[in-house]
Amino acid sequence: MANTVKLNIDGIDVSIDAGKTVLDAAKKLNIHIPTLCYHEDLCVAGNCRVCVVEQEGVKNLVASCAMPAQDGMVIHTNTHKVRNARRHVVELLLSEHNADCTKCYKNTRCELQDLAGEMVINEHMFLDLVPDKNYTIDMLSPAIIKDDSKCIRCQRCVRTCQELQHVSALGVAYKGEHMKISTFFEHSMYDVVCTNCGQCVIRCPTGALIEKNYLDDVWDAIYDEDKHVVVQTAPATRIALGEDLGMEAGSIVTGKMAAALRRLGFDSVLDTDFTADLTIMEEGTELLTRLKRALVDKDPTVKLPMTTSCSPGWIKFIEHMYPEYLENVSTCKSPQQMFGALAKTYYAQKKGIDPSKIVSVSIMPCTAKKFEANRPEMRDSGFQDVDMGLTTRELAVMIKQAGINFKELPDEKFDNLMGESSGAGVIFGATGGVMEAALRTVYEIVTGREVPFENLKITPVRGMEGVKEAAVKIENVLPAWSFLEGVELKTVVAHGLTNADKVMQAVKNGTADWHFIEIMACPGGCLGGGGQPIPTTPEIRKKRAEAIYREDEGMAIRKSHENPEIQQIYKEFLGEPLSDKSHWLLHTHYNARKRV
Amino acid sequence: MRVKRILQEKEAVIQSSVDLTLIDPLIEKYKNKKGNLIPILQGTQDVYGYLPKETFIKISEQTGLKLSEMYGVATFYTQFRLNPVGRYIVKVCHGTACHVQNATAISEAVEDALGIKDGETTEDRLFTLESVACLGCCSLAPVMMIGDETYAKLTGNKAVKIVKEIKIKESN
Amino acid sequence: MPNKKLKRVDIIFSEDCVYKDVLAESLKKSNEDILKDILDSGLRGRGGAGFPTGLKWKFASQETGEEKYVVCNADEGEPGTFKDREILTRVPLKVFGGMAICAKVIGAKHGYIYLRGEYKFLKTDLEKALEEFHSFVKELGFDFQIHILMGSGAYICGEESALFESMEGKRGEPRNKPPYPTISGFRNKPTVINNVETLVYSFMICRIGAGKFHELGTADSRGSKVFSISGDTPIAGIYELELGMLLEDFVEEFGDGDTKAVQVGGAAGFCVPRKKFKDTIIGFEGVPTGGSMMLFNSSRSMYNVLKNYVEFFEEESCGQCTPCRVGCQQLKKGIEAIKKGEKSAHYLDTLQKLADTMKVSSKCGLGQSVANSFSSIVDNFREEMIY
Repeated sequence: MANTVKLNIDGIDVSIDAGKTVLDAAKKLNIHIPTLCYHEDLCVAGNCRVCVVEQEGVKNLVASCAMPAQDGMVIHTNTHKVRNARRHVVELLLSEHNADCTKCYKNTRCELQDLAGEMVINEHMFLDLVPDKNYTIDMLSPAIIKDDSKCIRCQRCVRTCQELQHVSALGVAYKGEHMKISTFFEHSMYDVVCTNCGQCVIRCPTGALIEKNYLDDVWDAIYDEDKHVVVQTAPATRIALGEDLGMEAGSIVTGKMAAALRRLGFDSVLDTDFTADLTIMEEGTELLTRLKRALVDKDPTVKLPMTTSCSPGWIKFIEHMYPEYLENVSTCKSPQQMFGALAKTYYAQKKGIDPSKIVSVSIMPCTAKKFEANRPEMRDSGFQDVDMGLTTRELAVMIKQAGINFKELPDEKFDNLMGESSGAGVIFGATGGVMEAALRTVYEIVTGREVPFENLKITPVRGMEGVKEAAVKIENVLPAWSFLEGVELKTVVAHGLTNADKVMQAVKNGTADWHFIEIMACPGGCLGGGGQPIPTTPEIRKKRAEAIYREDEGMAIRKSHENPEIQQIYKEFLGEPLSDKSHWLLHTHYNARKRV
Repeated sequence: MRVKRILQEKEAVIQSSVDLTLIDPLIEKYKNKKGNLIPILQGTQDVYGYLPKETFIKISEQTGLKLSEMYGVATFYTQFRLNPVGRYIVKVCHGTACHVQNATAISEAVEDALGIKDGETTEDRLFTLESVACLGCCSLAPVMMIGDETYAKLTGNKAVKIVKEIKIKESN
Repeated sequence: MPNKKLKRVDIIFSEDCVYKDVLAESLKKSNEDILKDILDSGLRGRGGAGFPTGLKWKFASQETGEEKYVVCNADEGEPGTFKDREILTRVPLKVFGGMAICAKVIGAKHGYIYLRGEYKFLKTDLEKALEEFHSFVKELGFDFQIHILMGSGAYICGEESALFESMEGKRGEPRNKPPYPTISGFRNKPTVINNVETLVYSFMICRIGAGKFHELGTADSRGSKVFSISGDTPIAGIYELELGMLLEDFVEEFGDGDTKAVQVGGAAGFCVPRKKFKDTIIGFEGVPTGGSMMLFNSSRSMYNVLKNYVEFFEEESCGQCTPCRVGCQQLKKGIEAIKKGEKSAHYLDTLQKLADTMKVSSKCGLGQSVANSFSSIVDNFREEMIY
């Protein structure tokens, strides 16, 4: 039994587990204490000082986020002293902050602005320090803009980059008045180890770290009569978009999203889930091929374990951190890029549209997808395969801009040709989903039977544990796959790059015997991606995951290889998985990058 | 607001102009020790007089220390320098005792004599001028330090004379 | 000649002491006896904060676990303070001795001296002395090693938790407290961190006995203290004086006859104007100091003094917490704006309130103590700030 402590906050007694903070205890009583540097996913910093409260018997105020709850404590959260201090702290932050709110991307979605609003701040109490600061705006990256003039030095981004992502592209530099959040030698985010995962973006309380938005480019394309604008939507967008449009976390809005996209004026509303299914066909076959080369041909050059390649944050991470393992990465492009390559080839042919007139837009839960779309490797259609990658948040903005009442929209379907998908494609949006989808198909290809889990739910790879291992024994195989008889297929799933690093360390140290590794850069997988609605918290990630699995269970088709449009594309265009055409359009390889 | 916009890529290539093997023994010594960063940076600065950018990269590669964290540490402590310095570092104390006894006049006199501003290095790489916090010689105020030598109860003239003497000694 | 009213003391630098004997005898005593001596002596930390040294040692000794540390805080950065420099130059072995006794009491095998970067020139001599010390403790069969770590120029590292961060190779940013160092200090292990001077007094209390020390000073401020005296005084330097003296007596002895204010405790301390000399006791019941006593005569501009302090804090704040990072900038720019007439004199009141907020809401002692000098100078020399 956990020890509990009793304390009193604002005259109310409360018991809470030992080790919890005063802030936790106040939350339990539904007493709201404002915070800025605090974030549930991160270690406690206690540096913004907005959450200070008064503790009886203690001369100075205490930061409630950092103060352990202790027996007999008497806390007051709303005294004159507390109010003055909080007011001063917010005023001080504003004096260092470029508060040109109407011209800020985060206008109305900014925690500092909310707090200033709550305190009814009319004019500066202190001198404006901004004119004397040499602030930098880094706009070089195609994914993330870092605007130091908006930064309040809460260090959420730094803690995210170090603790959750093990990347440390961002750190704290200098001290005193010059203290700032900085990359190595203040290089652009584009020139350093940043994976563009955007986890800093979803935790930044202000407009200091934002995605580079392509709203105007997309509107321009839509309004251009000469262009045929196709849009694809990633699996994790449909269970999160609603949050930015006044709906509860965990709402499934697939049908409304399709309807909204059509009303926005996209010429064809298609689905990344289709290429998620296609990825399973290609990647599953690639895994089986690698296994055959290893087990039958005893080919010493074959690289195992094989890792997934869907997450562009993960790809850039391995390019920087473990370039010696790049050949272990599946050669499959991500579903976004497979879609892009097919949109300007297969789709264009089928529809009889000049591919140079096609504008390919993606809606992604991700900021790294913006970087990925701009990669030089991603032009196999003869054009840039994906022209603009938008985040879930940007789509919400477009829907609002167009005056669409999202909640009241009817459910509509995706357009055909590249709009059909299976439940396996949907679960790509959750950590473990690619593994589960792959196992559903691979197991069935090899044995002719469904994977031996109730209702196809491969529970060992589900859930929010950072590193999840699962083994599937393959028995009674079809004759063609006899070499796999009795093999125990060992897999591991990691999400968040710190967990990815743990897995790669195990691979590097030779302490692991996995065959297949799924890695997603973001905690929770794509559903917790850097392009998702803000806030994203552990609680919200859980709700989104539940929604994804609900969506899967509600689908008529649950396995990628049973998707009729997948069967059609192989019959009419690609031939078979890993065909020459597949290789040309759907596969690629990546190169080492400096760890600067 | 003065805002610098980074729109164009910087020179990505880092030309190595220093002999990186000089810090091999240092890295070897501290490689597997916990909390090794500050001694490594101090040792590196002892070798080069400052912390060349490429040494960060080398140290990072060999120790696994993260570059942004190293940069954060190097910029936190005032004794670390990211630019080459002169052979003599003239530290003019601006602690309170010195300040109220007109340390500013000393800094200004040296600035005039050397033709550089605070924090700068002379073209001949002989002198770097720095204003520093209290050196702990308050009873001798105002003071400056050159190398390990402390010069006490200065005036602007005295300070300039000391600097000029070094210059003459060096030119011989 | 002024009356020599102040009692000179000769404990720290006393030559009437063979450190080897004191150390050998102390290490033979029981931990309880040593703790009792230190507690009974009434010794409080000499770095400025004044936490009872005996309690610190006691808390750390009560922690379980093999790995514990003794850290000597030699990051003397408070403007106007230079007594640790003197102590380390003249009696380093007593410092090591104090660390060894503490190590015995709490059960530590390693001690660290965090030496201010600017005092690098002391390192060679300290290392020589350490050699002698190490061979002696080895002779005594006592397992204890002292290591010297160099700071790199950051005032904030005098703050104990920032100092640990720095020792661990990180930016010297203060930690949240609790936990306190005796539970979680260097490498998150139980740690006693004492100022150089505190360690020497601990050592000397083992030599002279708690009673002799306790006789000196006042109820709240037992014993004596090493003062760094500078500014407008004909006899600047290091003096060991009994605690609890009246500032009036101090000025009479050390002033130049025209003292208008004394800054007690450096930039983080308090400014006492002439009219309050006679009511001010130097000690924990009055105005405490880590050692710095800086005298200003009527030719000095207190605006300049204050500006020097806030500029110093503006640079030396670690920058992590809002009240300190931005507050220091506002205080500096604020007094400049008032002086230039860009802001009215009333703005001083706003700044005073800001200083109060910094005192109650900053994360560590640095931000909390900025208000000390700011408020005491502005309160007492308001007209100098404006005109």
